[in-house]
Amino acid sequence: MQKTNHFVLSKTRKLLLGKHFSDGLIFKVLVYFLLVVIGFVFVYPILVMLSYSLMSLEDLINPMVSQVPSSFYFNNYVDAFRALDYINVFIQSLVVTLLPALIQTFVASLIGYGFARFEFPLKKLWLALVVIVYMIPPQVYMIPRFVLFNDLGLLNNIGAILVPATFGQGLNASIFILIFYQFYKMIPKALDEAAQIDGASRLYIYFKIAIPLSIPSFITSFLFSFVWQWNETYQTFIFLGDGWQTLQTRLAIFVSAAQGNQVTIIESAQNEAQAMAGNLLIIIPMLIVYFILQRHFIEGIDKSGITGE
Amino acid sequence: MKWYQKILNFIGHINRGKFGVDELIIFKVIKVKLTNKKRQAIAGYLFIGIWVIGFIWLTLYPIIMSLIYGFSNVTIPGGSGVRIQFIGADNFITVLNDIQFISVLQAFVLQLLLYLPLTIIISMIIAILLNQKIKLRGFFRSIFFLPVIIASGPIMATLFGSNERLGILSNVGDEVPAILESLLPVFLANFVGDLYTHLINILWFSGVQIILFLAGLQKINKEVYEAASIDGASPWESFWKITLPSLKPIILVSSIYTIVMLSTFSTNQVLFRINVVRQQSFGQASALAWVYFLVVGLVLGVVVFLLTYEKKTVEKKLLMEVKR
Repeated sequence: MQKTNHFVLSKTRKLLLGKHFSDGLIFKVLVYFLLVVIGFVFVYPILVMLSYSLMSLEDLINPMVSQVPSSFYFNNYVDAFRALDYINVFIQSLVVTLLPALIQTFVASLIGYGFARFEFPLKKLWLALVVIVYMIPPQVYMIPRFVLFNDLGLLNNIGAILVPATFGQGLNASIFILIFYQFYKMIPKALDEAAQIDGASRLYIYFKIAIPLSIPSFITSFLFSFVWQWNETYQTFIFLGDGWQTLQTRLAIFVSAAQGNQVTIIESAQNEAQAMAGNLLIIIPMLIVYFILQRHFIEGIDKSGITGE
Repeated sequence: MKWYQKILNFIGHINRGKFGVDELIIFKVIKVKLTNKKRQAIAGYLFIGIWVIGFIWLTLYPIIMSLIYGFSNVTIPGGSGVRIQFIGADNFITVLNDIQFISVLQAFVLQLLLYLPLTIIISMIIAILLNQKIKLRGFFRSIFFLPVIIASGPIMATLFGSNERLGILSNVGDEVPAILESLLPVFLANFVGDLYTHLINILWFSGVQIILFLAGLQKINKEVYEAASIDGASPWESFWKITLPSLKPIILVSSIYTIVMLSTFSTNQVLFRINVVRQQSFGQASALAWVYFLVVGLVLGVVVFLLTYEKKTVEKKLLMEVKR
């Protein structure tokens, strides 16, 4: 009897604590608990936005309804849709996001290839500068760049975003250059040399060998460039002004205008609900992109080798 | 030859010279013997040239101009073209007397110094949690990465509030317990009081770092852990002796990423202040930006120095042990 008791005890102990604690049940439960709690932190605000944006006026002023709306009410979305001039501004946003992302990715791959494949004087200096440029706050060069673009007539149109992207000075360009640099360094040089012996030119090798091999890096760089550009507001505010609206700037203007106008608490609550709906209207396109292509986002970082080797 | 080929030919073409050494002839005057080394250099600059031009034109030149602006009175008289009047260090003196700027800068540096270690530790812990043998790892990973996808200025303002309004997450833990205030310096007391909000804020800013750490963890050879556990090392010990040392380069990369992101994120109050001043005076705004740049650069420099310095001493210790 005592023997079986002991047996059961040690069995449960092994089940709970495991051989090394880290494979025991207690540890597992703890891990899942922490993951769920932390995950909730990321999901909670989106849920709040969602429920708030679906509340009708009665729900908003009714103190009994604080979290879940009593019925789904979509007029906030209709209002936000109209206030943001959604379809029109969405297309403008898309253009001002897509074009720089495409250009920036291609240029970054050119530059990264140059750094990874060739030995030339001052190479170390330029490479160090690529890293340093990333660390300089844009505010330092923003004002003279503003004046420069003003002289060139690039302000308030898409050129102000496209020109820096074309010259490898766009948003977080250094990161993409480094991603490609790391990737091309991993490809054996023998591949290039073989093609060269067969008489291929440098550009031919780049287009026919390097680019097809680096498609995953292209996808990762493009996606990150796209998302960051979509979420960027500081530079778009300064350079695009009123000339080219994006959803982000439009929403910010809408919110601060609503702040100025609101008279009663009811109106303020209604504005808030509309702002939430506006927020969601901005998030949703990115969420769709993310959940379709999330594999490329996350595995891209794994494979890109930017983790410091 | 077509016309554009003629032009290209005039700019530069390659002649097969004597002894089989090719010559590059630029503008029909300059002749360069093409050794393999020079060929490489030319090809390299053809690839990175666009970056070098862009860097000098759009980054280096504006940085130098911004320093000049900082020391002068800048006006745009006719809508285009600037007039620069040198006025000495006046702008910088105004900046140092700008109480609003100094206070937001102070708050930012404190926030940076508190957030940086916490971000690194928290994202490392989350990465370690995700690296366990658990189900739904992919699901959790994509949830934790969510902030990177949706965190833009207006969205973060909605979540954490701005000057004008409260955010969804900012109205928790507003009141600082009196005991804390008597025990700790004011900024720490405030920080502990708002710990909940700060933690959420940190979590929202650590999406990329978590993935970086996770990638680093997965690169560590599992056999090392097995060997250590056979030798009797506890998981705790193998964390300190195996995991942490192999994550060092990632700690450095994530620290730099965190500092840069916090210092350039559009809800940053210092940037807000620079933007307000920019509308009045370009000179003063440039001076502000330079002061800010120097402060952030100093923090970056110290952090990079500390993280790489430690590495060297560890290497020395290892060398000593090998010698013994």
